[in-house]
Amino acid sequence: MGSSFFTPLSWSDSGFILTGVLNTVYISLVAIIVGTLLGLAVGFIRAEANKATNVLLGGILDILRSVPLIIQLILFSTYIGAIGHPLDPFVTGSIVLSLYTMAFMSEVFRGGFESVHQSMIVAGRSLGMSYWQTVVHIRLPIGLRAVFPSWLGVALSVIKDSALVSVIGYMELLRTSEQLISRTQQPLEILIGVGLFYFIVSYPLSLYGKYVERKMAI
Amino acid sequence: MIQIQNVHKSFGSLEVLKGVTMDVNKGEVVSVIGGSGSGKSTLLYCINAIEDIQQGRIIVDEIDVHAKGTNQDRLRQKLGMVFQQWNSFPHLTVLENASLAPRIVLKLSKKEAVERAKKELNHVGLGDKFDEYPTRMSGGQQQRLAIARALAMKPDYMLFDEVTSALDPELVGEVLDTLRMLRDDGMTMICVTHEIAFAREVSDKVAFFHQGVIEEIGPPEQVIVNPQKEATQKFLSKVLH
Repeated sequence: MGSSFFTPLSWSDSGFILTGVLNTVYISLVAIIVGTLLGLAVGFIRAEANKATNVLLGGILDILRSVPLIIQLILFSTYIGAIGHPLDPFVTGSIVLSLYTMAFMSEVFRGGFESVHQSMIVAGRSLGMSYWQTVVHIRLPIGLRAVFPSWLGVALSVIKDSALVSVIGYMELLRTSEQLISRTQQPLEILIGVGLFYFIVSYPLSLYGKYVERKMAI
Repeated sequence: MIQIQNVHKSFGSLEVLKGVTMDVNKGEVVSVIGGSGSGKSTLLYCINAIEDIQQGRIIVDEIDVHAKGTNQDRLRQKLGMVFQQWNSFPHLTVLENASLAPRIVLKLSKKEAVERAKKELNHVGLGDKFDEYPTRMSGGQQQRLAIARALAMKPDYMLFDEVTSALDPELVGEVLDTLRMLRDDGMTMICVTHEIAFAREVSDKVAFFHQGVIEEIGPPEQVIVNPQKEATQKFLSKVLH
């Protein structure tokens, strides 16, 4: 029994790693897109709503923002399993990660909508624009520009947070690497590789964000 | 014609307009002068349906501004308004600022809207700034842009709310020149202003507001040069000396 139970990392593992990479990208994109759209709607409602609605919505969002993502994932996944409707880990992860993203995005967008001064909207209305025309042509474009850097910050942290979806069994990059580590016993190489991936994705995005920010600072 | 009939306007318990009555005929230039908080600007906001009124009526070309069923968005197309703060849209170029409303409100084609905007921008002397962003321009230029933006809707009336108050003194002249040009074009205008000399020069009528009512109204030779009421005399002696 000379040969080891463990086999070293080899090129044949690249397909497996690529699956992890793609799954990470996939679930991050879903969460960022869904979270952004929901966050835009909720942020707008919060900017426009009365105090009572805001207190109610604010409470729900506070829970989503304050409870650690890993706990939300486990709770949600266990709960829907317990009531007899177990979902695919990708679906479960997408729902929880999207809602978590929405909670942060909604605050970003609310700030954006509120940053557009009332006098700007009055100027639009005095040109004959309807309420919704001022929303679409004035508040959205001006507000979104103001919060673009914050939006990018949330999006980048979602990419990193997506690693936590591994706890409910989704085969994203961290989980594939954990499996490779248990087979190869080469944690250092593998985790450095994984860390590098997150850096390679995030850093250019953050550079791009700075570039856009400079360009928009007219 | 704009008919203002016994208009009362309150903000909470504070009554700002206490029964204002005034007519503005087509082609007339009416200047509204008076101290801070006398209700001058509020009146413009009421004419433009930005603010409600509690009592009285404002009628613009037979349309009751605050009546139920009045399409206020459509009404505002008749009434161009320029504010103390120019409120240029910072995300749009000068040309886009002036062509946006004609395009989305009047549903003109992009080409027509741009042509109309260019004509008005040329008119106010911004013909070389089409592709500039407003935040790179001076206050005077931005205020002229605001005027061109309102004119591009081809309004029948223009309302000016202290349009030179926020400008550096050296930039006031270029904006006043633009207003003089509009008067020469025959535009009907209501100008809330602190520029007494300007009001005297351009107006057909001057209304002096005091504590929410029109204390005195008449030709500038009367109200400014030879005021009959004590409050008017006091106000003018303060601002002219």
